Amino acid sequence: MATSSDRKVTTRTNSAAVGRGTARPSTWGFGDGQAIPWEYAPAPESREIVQLQSRYGLFVGGKEIAPRTGQWFTTIDPATEEPLAEVARAGVEDVENAVAVARRAFRRSWGQLPGRERAKYLFRIARILQERSREFAVLETLDTGKPIKESRDVDIPLVAAHFWYYAGWADKLDYAFPGRRALPLGVAAQIIPWNFPLLMLAWKIAPALAAGNTVVLKPASSTPLSALLFADVCRQADLPPGVVNIVTGPGEIGLALVKHPDVDKVAFTGSTAVGKQIGRAIAGSGKALTLELGGKAANIDFDDAPLDQAIEGIVNGIFFNQGEVCCAGSRLLVQESIAEPLIEKLKDRLATLRVGDPLDKNTDVGAINNAAQLAKIEELIEAGVAEGAELYQPACELPSRGYFVRPTLFTNVAQSHRIAQEEIFGPVLSVLTFRTPDEAIEKANNTPYGLSAGVWTEKGSRILHMVKQLRAGVVWANTFNRFDPTSPFGGYKESGFGREGGLHGLLAYVRLEDR
Amino acid sequence: MPRSTRAVVRSTRAVAAPVPGLVPADADAEARIAVRKTYKIYIGGAFPRSESGRSYLVRGADGTPIANAVRGSRKDVRDAVRAARGAFPGWEARTAMNRGQVLYRVAELLEGRRDQFVAEVAAAEGLSAGEARAQVDRAVDRWVWYAGWADKISQLLGTVNPVAASYFDFTFPEATGVVGVVAPESSSLLGLVSRLAPVLVGGNVAVVLASEGRPLPAVTLSEVLATSDVPGGVVNLITGLRKELVPPLAAHMDVNAMDAWGVPAEMAVAVEAAAIENVKRVARAPRGGGDRIDWLDDRTAQRPEWIAAFLEMKTVWHPIGV
Repeated sequence: MATSSDRKVTTRTNSAAVGRGTARPSTWGFGDGQAIPWEYAPAPESREIVQLQSRYGLFVGGKEIAPRTGQWFTTIDPATEEPLAEVARAGVEDVENAVAVARRAFRRSWGQLPGRERAKYLFRIARILQERSREFAVLETLDTGKPIKESRDVDIPLVAAHFWYYAGWADKLDYAFPGRRALPLGVAAQIIPWNFPLLMLAWKIAPALAAGNTVVLKPASSTPLSALLFADVCRQADLPPGVVNIVTGPGEIGLALVKHPDVDKVAFTGSTAVGKQIGRAIAGSGKALTLELGGKAANIDFDDAPLDQAIEGIVNGIFFNQGEVCCAGSRLLVQESIAEPLIEKLKDRLATLRVGDPLDKNTDVGAINNAAQLAKIEELIEAGVAEGAELYQPACELPSRGYFVRPTLFTNVAQSHRIAQEEIFGPVLSVLTFRTPDEAIEKANNTPYGLSAGVWTEKGSRILHMVKQLRAGVVWANTFNRFDPTSPFGGYKESGFGREGGLHGLLAYVRLEDR
Repeated sequence: MPRSTRAVVRSTRAVAAPVPGLVPADADAEARIAVRKTYKIYIGGAFPRSESGRSYLVRGADGTPIANAVRGSRKDVRDAVRAARGAFPGWEARTAMNRGQVLYRVAELLEGRRDQFVAEVAAAEGLSAGEARAQVDRAVDRWVWYAGWADKISQLLGTVNPVAASYFDFTFPEATGVVGVVAPESSSLLGLVSRLAPVLVGGNVAVVLASEGRPLPAVTLSEVLATSDVPGGVVNLITGLRKELVPPLAAHMDVNAMDAWGVPAEMAVAVEAAAIENVKRVARAPRGGGDRIDWLDDRTAQRPEWIAAFLEMKTVWHPIGV
């Protein structure tokens, strides 16, 4: 693995030579890529609240069971590379057992339960998640490397809110789709990624259960722990056994799960490549499918944008969760007339980002989730340099252990560069410029993806014009990376199909019959 | 069971009007030599022959040869997709009311050519004149039904989302883009209209593969489309063999969605596997096959969900503040 120190760090001296009217306030003193001049005292969140088991079995039929393979794998803390726990490595037999258990629960308990009773279970789950929110936040940070302030303030509250929202639909399905009766599909196979493990679990399980389905969920192999702790929430809520089943293991187990003939519905969040693989695997099977795949969002800044807000939005857009976000604003399109001051300001802001211990409450950018992902980010950063883009990284100190990468900014990026085309899934921002709104639209849409986009301008009519023209499922105007259980989320084009959240998210888990 | 698939094969003599094809209109044969029609394909508002120069013999339900239809090629499919892509921005940008009026206009023109369609549908499907008339009348009415959805579907599918923060958040549907429509095999006109109209009303453009065995009413429909106000390229229609045309359409990287209603069962796996390569949305026929639906039944054969199947939901956020 390449270390970041052997890369050329471009300082701002070059661009400083381009004459600008006003001198920069020297008291801030963090020009030229220097680290910020003040230190924050460490403010670590205690990990005491999390009682890790040394081993986690599969959660099937309401019980923790050992895998029939007899094999286990280790999940680690990406910030320290220390092992956290051993987790069951499911085999095909385990998958078959889990699907059979889910089917039985669908037939005998959950599928027969009136919506009002399902609702109460889901409300219970939402409440327990709120009660145990700190425990989940710490565990999520340990297993993913994301900053505690994000898991605490974003992930876990959204998880509880998601169960809360869909709980209320369970007994109102008759009103959801005019003229149609909404019936459950049956057994849902759900595969989720490692960037928002518990939040993706909630996006998958809450609407599925509300509609009366039972589920077999496979978390990502590098982040299984919050899902396994969620199993405990199911037990505390007295959820009937077999309604929620969790199998852990490598990707091929996920493939075996979606291919299982007794699965009625497949839902996947992850990379476009794996999404296509799943699509091929179940082609012609008649299974319902929703896919939430990759993205390469354009964050478009017009010359009349509120600059300070825009800077915060850009930073949030690409450095939230280390940029490991499918809807990350990884391409910044700046109107040419403001490109220079905006990039200057952005570099200053990057220098204030605190990179390091995810459990520290002051940390802005935590650890990259896994070694493979770090290698991929490093590779794409090197490709950016090799292809001629200009690299900037603030001179922050990275921890000596763990998977860390500096917040990275590329200027002079061409549309053909890999860093402008490929989903990096890391804290790497590519800056491109445009002159006219039409050019911005052309560049923003010049990607096979279509998940999200951002628009920054004070002009309302321009926002609405851009909203119409951008081929993306979510458009954030004068904001970025906002999520809510009531708000449908999902992609155009190769970013997938189907929506999660809101009434449209419910539709993905029902079949409609004539009344 | 729908009548179309269980139709008794009848002589084309039972039909109301002479079929403008290879069949001699025997009564008038001595009085006048009929002018036969060349059935062509419809791409970008024009009626080319296949670039391949091929044709295939189309027979009536009783086995009588009716006409030579174009045996379209992979290149024709590509040309059609290109034409469709070019027409998409303009069609999508039409106001909803305008799209509704354009589709209503199709119904108007179809109404005026009912006799011609009755004859063609009867010959193609082996129906009596009365049965064929029912099919054609329902096809006209179906355009009217979908035309009316143009300015209503957004209100049915759109939402304002009560997010738990100070943002205005709303979701509305948009067209997905170029849709490949594999028309139902047995219902030559009504089945096609029932699948094509919902694609168009939401602002999509279409590349249609007509019924392989019964393609002629579809070709005549394309002549109606060409003389209505539907812009060239919004609908492109190719006749030919399913096994030659479906694979390149399903695999085409500039097609956003497939209506696989008419895809033969034995091709379903290959079509869906090809379609996923650019994450196409695929609308499948219900279990048991698309030919089992009763196209005459308004309760089952026309649905707002069929419009929604080719729409993308777009969510927009904006802060609320002073």
